Amino acid sequence: MFCDVCKIKEATVFLTQIVEGKMQKVNLCESCSKEKGVNDPTGFALADLLLGLGAAQEIEKNPAGVRCPVCGFSQVDFKKTGRLGCSACYDAFAEGLTGMLKNMHRGLVHAGKVPAKLAVERRRTQELIRLEEGLARAIADEHFEEAAGLRDKIRHLTIQENGPDEVNRIAAFPDNLEVSATPATKTRKKS
Amino acid sequence: MKLSRIIANTGEWLSGSGPHDQIVVSSRVRLARNLKGKPFPGWAKKSERVAVLDEIRGAVEQLPEMEESFSEKLEDLSPLEKQVLVERHLISREHAAKSAGSAVVMNTAQTLSFMINEEDHLRMQAIRAGLQLDEVFSMINQADSELEESLDFAFHNDLGYLTACPTNVGTGMRASAMLHLPGLVMSEQVNKIINSVNKIGLAVRGLHGEGTEAMGNLFQVSNQTTLGEAEEEIIGRLNKVISQILEHEQNARQILLQRRAETLLDQIGRAYGILCHAHSVTSKEALNLLSFIKMGVDLGLFPAKNRLQVDELFIETQPAHLQKGLQTTKLGAEERDSLRAALIRAKLKQMPEPEIGKIPTGSATTLPSEES
Repeated sequence: MFCDVCKIKEATVFLTQIVEGKMQKVNLCESCSKEKGVNDPTGFALADLLLGLGAAQEIEKNPAGVRCPVCGFSQVDFKKTGRLGCSACYDAFAEGLTGMLKNMHRGLVHAGKVPAKLAVERRRTQELIRLEEGLARAIADEHFEEAAGLRDKIRHLTIQENGPDEVNRIAAFPDNLEVSATPATKTRKKS
Repeated sequence: MKLSRIIANTGEWLSGSGPHDQIVVSSRVRLARNLKGKPFPGWAKKSERVAVLDEIRGAVEQLPEMEESFSEKLEDLSPLEKQVLVERHLISREHAAKSAGSAVVMNTAQTLSFMINEEDHLRMQAIRAGLQLDEVFSMINQADSELEESLDFAFHNDLGYLTACPTNVGTGMRASAMLHLPGLVMSEQVNKIINSVNKIGLAVRGLHGEGTEAMGNLFQVSNQTTLGEAEEEIIGRLNKVISQILEHEQNARQILLQRRAETLLDQIGRAYGILCHAHSVTSKEALNLLSFIKMGVDLGLFPAKNRLQVDELFIETQPAHLQKGLQTTKLGAEERDSLRAALIRAKLKQMPEPEIGKIPTGSATTLPSEES
């Protein structure tokens, strides 16, 4: 029988634990068992059993000794419980969590429901990103008429949110676009 | 409203009807939510848990759909009452183990239930009879949308709804259907199906979810992943897979009828015989035998009017349900087994013997049996 972790060496350590009333069996080789701290049963990572083998290793990608600045949760706590302390832990342990989430899920970006309160803001931010990308492309392609239209849309969105002052900071393109736009339209090729 | 009044009636998911409810016992969707800036229940101090409880409970009780509801702190429920709720799938086993700082709120129809301070601050579910995942999702989604007007849920721009366990992050949604698959079990195809379902990122589990044995040929199919797909996509995937399993189960039953009718009749007849005459039945044996009676109703061997009676026995024979009407102290396993046997005998007495002539594809004797 091979080791459940490295899947190379022969398993010599057989661990049985009751986790939430469910029996869990893990077979490990000598070196992996040491690495996992099986010799010290209290230190054995419950996170591994709850979240699949390797979860505890993933979380260790975070620099050692990191604690959540909000709730004080540590990696050791995560290894023991397989649960996080608070919502800020997701940022505090982001480095290690990313690998774990990748193995667990079908992507790393939420694609579902957004609370209505945040949805407006989220849509606005995404729209701004889209418009700014479009603007950069339009300027690069010298489609100035299109660029002017995009610029006005960005202005409109920004004023809605932050008031007129913000526009001057964000608008990193000339105001006289419309003037140069007129001749450009004649030669513009439809893409 | 008192719990005793609520549990006197079987929930809508058991007594009601829905598409394909002969095979799909129930459909359920649960959402996990946490309050912004508050430690998750497992890491919170008691005072913090109580504060979260008060805030969420108040908001839930204000929901228009919870006008007629039952709301109680877990510390004020007896172990027996908690167990009854677990057996009805209205709270989780994990939640039943909680006491101070946790609560449950549910509507009288028992279609909506809210667990406060389970693993997450709020776990809310909708459950109904038959295959209607879209409907139960829209019920619970509606409640969620109403709640977010007064509660600030922890939400991350990339990761979506944040949960105590990374396996739930994103949508925080677990959608599941309970399937009754005696045909696939009898024809030994069920493991093949479980394996292929597991391969596409869905989970198949026993009666009471994670880590439980499949009893009474009941299986729960649910999504494993919660991040990277919209709720509707996840449910769409589940619906597709469940429809396929449904078809396989129907085919398996047809093939059993054509090729092994004798075995099928034997199993149903034995189940009926044992349950009519036994004086001691464990809950596992009861579920396994009742599964054959239920299939007997599906195949027309027993009158359709007895269906509810049989379905109710699946729940009424569970340990806590057996004792819920009794004022006595907790019964031992042996006493429960004889009480269970008596209950089943009494109910089956109202049912006629299986009518073998009613088997849809001709009589059993004219069909060659594979064993001979």
